[in-house]
Amino acid sequence: MNLQERLAAGDVRALARLLTFAENNDPEAEEVIKNLYGRTGSAYVIGITGPPGAGKSTLTDKLVKTLRARGNTVGIIAVDPTSPFTGGAILGDRIRMQELFTDPGVFIRSMGTRGHLGGLSKATQAAVRLMDIFGKDYIFIETVGVGQSEVDIVKTADTVVMVMVPGLGDDIQAIKAGIMEIGDIFAINKADLDGADRTKIEIEMMLDLNENKAWRPPVCKVVAVENSGMDILLGHIQKHRMYLSESGELVKRRTRNISNELMDLVRDRVMEFITRESGRKLPVDDLVERIVAKDMDIYSAAEYIMEAINK
Amino acid sequence: MPDMDSRDRIKKAKRDWEEQKLEKLLAKRPERKDKFVTGSNAEVERLYTPVDVEQLDYLEDLGFPGEYPYTRGVQPTMYRGRLWTMRQYAGFATAEESNKRYKYLLEQGQTGLSVAFDLPTQIGYDSDHPLSEGEVGKVGVAIDSLKDMEILFDGIPLDKVSTSMTINAPAAVLLAMYIAVAEKQGVTSDKLNGTIQNDILKEYIARGTYIFPTKPSMRLITDIFEYCAKHVPKWNTISISGYHIREAGSTAAQEVAFTLADGIAYVQAAINAGLEVDEFAPRLSFFFNSHNDLLEEVAKFRAARRLWAKIMKERFKAKNPRSMMLRFHTQTGGSTLTAQQPDNNIVRVAIQTLAAVLGGTQSLHTNSRDEALALPSEESVRIALRTQQIVAYESGVAETVDPLAGSYYVEAMTDRIEREAAEYIAKIDELGGAPEAIDKGYIQKEIQDSAYRYQMEIESGKRVVVGVNKFQIEEEPPKGLLKVDPRVGEMQKAKLEELRRTRDNAKVNEELEKLKKAAAGDQNLMPYILDAVRQYATLGEICGVLREVFGEYKQSVVL
Amino acid sequence: MDKPIRVLVAKPGLDGHDRGAKVIARAFRDAGMEVIYTGLRQTPEQIVETAIQEDVEVVAMSILSGAHNHLFPIVVNMLRERGADDVLVVGGGVIPDDDIPGLKEAGVAEIFTPGTPTTKAIEFIKQNVKRR
Repeated sequence: MNLQERLAAGDVRALARLLTFAENNDPEAEEVIKNLYGRTGSAYVIGITGPPGAGKSTLTDKLVKTLRARGNTVGIIAVDPTSPFTGGAILGDRIRMQELFTDPGVFIRSMGTRGHLGGLSKATQAAVRLMDIFGKDYIFIETVGVGQSEVDIVKTADTVVMVMVPGLGDDIQAIKAGIMEIGDIFAINKADLDGADRTKIEIEMMLDLNENKAWRPPVCKVVAVENSGMDILLGHIQKHRMYLSESGELVKRRTRNISNELMDLVRDRVMEFITRESGRKLPVDDLVERIVAKDMDIYSAAEYIMEAINK
Repeated sequence: MPDMDSRDRIKKAKRDWEEQKLEKLLAKRPERKDKFVTGSNAEVERLYTPVDVEQLDYLEDLGFPGEYPYTRGVQPTMYRGRLWTMRQYAGFATAEESNKRYKYLLEQGQTGLSVAFDLPTQIGYDSDHPLSEGEVGKVGVAIDSLKDMEILFDGIPLDKVSTSMTINAPAAVLLAMYIAVAEKQGVTSDKLNGTIQNDILKEYIARGTYIFPTKPSMRLITDIFEYCAKHVPKWNTISISGYHIREAGSTAAQEVAFTLADGIAYVQAAINAGLEVDEFAPRLSFFFNSHNDLLEEVAKFRAARRLWAKIMKERFKAKNPRSMMLRFHTQTGGSTLTAQQPDNNIVRVAIQTLAAVLGGTQSLHTNSRDEALALPSEESVRIALRTQQIVAYESGVAETVDPLAGSYYVEAMTDRIEREAAEYIAKIDELGGAPEAIDKGYIQKEIQDSAYRYQMEIESGKRVVVGVNKFQIEEEPPKGLLKVDPRVGEMQKAKLEELRRTRDNAKVNEELEKLKKAAAGDQNLMPYILDAVRQYATLGEICGVLREVFGEYKQSVVL
Repeated sequence: MDKPIRVLVAKPGLDGHDRGAKVIARAFRDAGMEVIYTGLRQTPEQIVETAIQEDVEVVAMSILSGAHNHLFPIVVNMLRERGADDVLVVGGGVIPDDDIPGLKEAGVAEIFTPGTPTTKAIEFIKQNVKRR
């Protein structure tokens, strides 16, 4: 059996290998997804994001265990930053999920951001599709919501859970715009610490300023380490899921995501083409030199490249 | 110490010396390195003078041995009254084997016992637990029940010998077993002398043999404090450890800081549990590393004593002088010993022994030359013991108290280490105390960063390790290493089967049930554990019950 | 940057000393590898399951408790049973020279004993890894 057949048959190694191909931009991953595209769309994707130290991995671990107890299968994609200096990464999210390693219904994959503009999005999207085809009911994408690319991948989830910790207080205002807006549910973890209620109020106040009246993100308190509040949080997730399908939002979101993804892929391919052809058919370096020497203006150079692509 | 006038004269004279004599010399013959540092990377000046210790007030900062702030030692006569206890950590394979090694060491002149347990025992698993496969008897002796403990101390009078047990998470159980063995020898617990390490925080930080989460672990520790204060008054109920923190890669100042921060957490926990500080604090003890940089280590020990005394007096308002005394055991730094040219390790250990003795340790374990290769052979451990004896009887450093006091360099370093450690402790206080700081991974990260820096220095050659990155030779693999009988696991399993057959299982279950209820409540668990132990409940069974009630610790890793 | 070598750094068994594992994990990262580190007390099952799901090219085990002769071969065999025999398995820690031939026969490619510079382990991996 080849990889595609093995994936369809539920072979864990095949999924793992295809994920590697997806990360490495190997065309085999695309091939398989193309052929099995009809199988995608049934998994529900949950994004877990928040500042470092909020307890996202522990929370994910507990949510997954709760889902498993209800008979669901789960895929987890845990993203950690790649060092921009060395290209390496320490992927340590698994440490908080020890018991899930040998659970046959759970598949965990750790990924580095690998510093490619847009590359992370592409790899994650492919990874989600592969896990979807594999048959996972739920797929978690867990990232630190600091970098733009991490925010982007989490936006492609169906439900985004923002994990906060008490005492973040004044920092809420300082948090990158865009992160607060993407949260569909806010979970205040380590809620047994001082300041949990204050933090809840502050988040609620911030949400009051938001125009979107259709879905008001609930703010719940949990203590992941003690497995406390998980059922309630899962309840919110299910409610959000129902809201999305009943209101037609789910289709709208996924459509928008696909539209964005399509344009990203096209942009990628165009850039790949230019880079590949650069020097041979497309003298990009020459053009640059000519612009610097004021022999050509930058706009004409861009038009030149566009014409070359069209040929 | 010098007055304003003489201080300025010295300053000027030093400047003159540097400008007139040194500059010319340095131009012709520069120093070996651009920067000179201690083993902990602290900068070392070319020369120290009275000016470097001008803030030092002899009576306030140094004082006398046995007097606050104990900088010069915790006893007035120190080694002139009694030499430090020579206490070699030992234990492997079965209780029978270890018993033999203990008797050998006592014959050779060791003055106290120190028990090493295997990993399953340290983590509360019986030898037949699936996770114990391959681990039984490897790093220490396997103790599954009171029966093993009886064999371990067979023929060793517990009213005459003091015993230190390196056991942490299940310390209560091993202590109970020790008390029960003594009972059978007719020795009441008020006569027992010894220590249990019982320091869970450093397990979370650096050593890894934890079982339960923080809160129930602290509860077990304070239960032990309370129980021993009443029933085992001569027992050191905890050995707050910096050794492992240093082994994990920390600097000297961090070793002091993180250890004392842990100590603060224990004292606070006991006070919160309703104990009076002077009730339990006199029985707290410490355990430090003795590393290569001799003079820095001596300064470290002195700084630790002074800082702890201040903490106990000012922060915890202790009144009993014994509450303020930092008494400690030392072990020479295992991680400094090399697999290459192992005989060189004898020299390293000798230097580290000097450091510990000049630093005023109460007891000492010296590592054997084969440390990086295996558990010590009989010959290697004898040499390690002889090292202590030679320092004690031939080197002269034990003939007077705190001989390095007054050295400009050593006093300046003592001050620096105290200052740095206090800064770290303040930072940890900000984070909410040691348990919080550990949860957040702060302490672990500091240690890892130091460890990584150290390794990179060795690989770049900046830091020399003789025989490893300089002065290497082609070597034959060493011979005569200790090998643990691989059948130990099987032997222990057989013993367990036998035990379960011959004991009163109904009584065992009864006691375990009682223990479970007590654990869920807030009674002192020691009596319940003692009852279970006396019925020959196994360590795994007792810890199994506690695991059920308390849950298990989840490690915090920040890389 | 594109295709970093993926390594699992694992602590099998009950051994709680992780200084070496953490140092080597950082060294690997600084050499451009993606390192999955799973913390203490890993059973062979956990190590193998992780290796398979993460599709690692290298499994590097660190052990100082003397249980290597028992645990390393189990991991190698399990990897083989799962069809992952293209994974490079290496080990480090307190492992006597005498035990090394046996471990190599069992399928461990190399053992890095105390004092080995991290660069040596990195070089070995780069030379011997089977890239996906």
